Amino acid sequence: MIKTDILIIGAGPTGLFTVFEAGLLKLKCHLIDALPQAGGQCTELYPKKPIYDIPAYPEILAGDLTLKLLEQCKQFEPGFTLGERAETIEKQEDGSFIVTTNKGTQHQAPVVAIAGGLGSFEPRKPLIDNIAHFEDKGVEYMIKDPEIYRDKKVVIAGGGDSALDWSIFLSDVASEVTLIHRRNEFRGHLDSVEKVQELKNQGKINLITPAEVVGILGHDKVQAVVVSQAAHIPKDFEVECDHFIPLFGLSPKLGPIANWGLEIEKNAIKVDNSLDYQTNIPGIFAIGDVNTYPGKLKLILCGFHEATLMCQSAYQIINPGKRYVLKYTTVAGVDGFDGTRKEAPKAVVKAFD
Amino acid sequence: MEQDVNITIIDREGVSHSIEAPTDMAMNLMEVVRSYELAPEGTIGICGGMAMCASCQCYVLSDTALPEKQDDEEAMLSEAFFVKDNSRLGCQIQITPEMEGLKVQLAPAE
Repeated sequence: MIKTDILIIGAGPTGLFTVFEAGLLKLKCHLIDALPQAGGQCTELYPKKPIYDIPAYPEILAGDLTLKLLEQCKQFEPGFTLGERAETIEKQEDGSFIVTTNKGTQHQAPVVAIAGGLGSFEPRKPLIDNIAHFEDKGVEYMIKDPEIYRDKKVVIAGGGDSALDWSIFLSDVASEVTLIHRRNEFRGHLDSVEKVQELKNQGKINLITPAEVVGILGHDKVQAVVVSQAAHIPKDFEVECDHFIPLFGLSPKLGPIANWGLEIEKNAIKVDNSLDYQTNIPGIFAIGDVNTYPGKLKLILCGFHEATLMCQSAYQIINPGKRYVLKYTTVAGVDGFDGTRKEAPKAVVKAFD
Repeated sequence: MEQDVNITIIDREGVSHSIEAPTDMAMNLMEVVRSYELAPEGTIGICGGMAMCASCQCYVLSDTALPEKQDDEEAMLSEAFFVKDNSRLGCQIQITPEMEGLKVQLAPAE
């Protein structure tokens, strides 16, 4: 069981800044995120795109903003459970919550801050009638353990970086790799595209474009996929395989959080914006893009503000009745949990001769 | 308003809406749909308008002249679902005075 003061669900910009604000109040944070890395949308969707409305940054790349936020909160030693999705929440008799992920990792905290953005990123599943029947029986939407493909026949579908990169990687592992894409053009990095071309020329990757997988054949497991390549061959044909891996990117879904008994409106969690962004369940807050209230704007800078006010209430819950006064970091400095201290240099007093 | 154009949007339930879209606010079709709340929040414009998701996919039903697809729109549509020959991403269509009479239908949510 991982124990912390504030359990943050979502390691995007709002969640990361919460770690800093909580740290100033001597509260420790742990973050859960379904993605394998911190940064949320900023790193998953558009790391190389600039953002122009972060105060004091005329321009910053989304990926760089994530790195800066990680650096800013580093001395407060946040814990991370990455690549796991928060699944259930249970209130305990002492008022704390236990949040369990889809992989069974348990976390306990007196305060839960949902900073889940648009939700957790789930693989986009192609619209093939019987695909659900073959899930975990040869159909995988994400590659977790490449070893299961050793000496197997694999069909990958998709036209982005992950489809290209995994085709390249698996060409050394699997006995046969077929890459199927709806267009002749791929939108991955140029060197990945060139590498696939090279492997195709060497006969290590079987490339079928423009084409689409329209059906899956097999009894208890995948035995072949049905490929439609209308532009060239009027008739559908079959490609024998042991695994079919559709890699069509990720799309965010509110997911299990929707079943936590929280008031939901417009796919977002309703909060009290007159005070502290608490939800209808005391002790559970929602901050950043995941919440809604009259006049809500889904902006990173609004998430920062919400995180800051939320931490004040978290302090009261964790330290009931304890005195607190706002301190400016310029005056008080920043004392890290790792023993480091940042402070403004003292002004030197020197008399005139 | 005189700088508005009249366009028709058929929502995902099949209901037709005749609306006025401003041409002077640098709005795109996806943003017009959101401003009129013709699709639930969180189901359209998920990536914010970067042609990186297909949640604003629509079918163009009128023969209105529209700007050509750029590479990123073309690439996204090649990975989207429910794509037809008249599919476009609403976020890549800026509303201009030439769009008077445009008629589109929102593609199903994925």
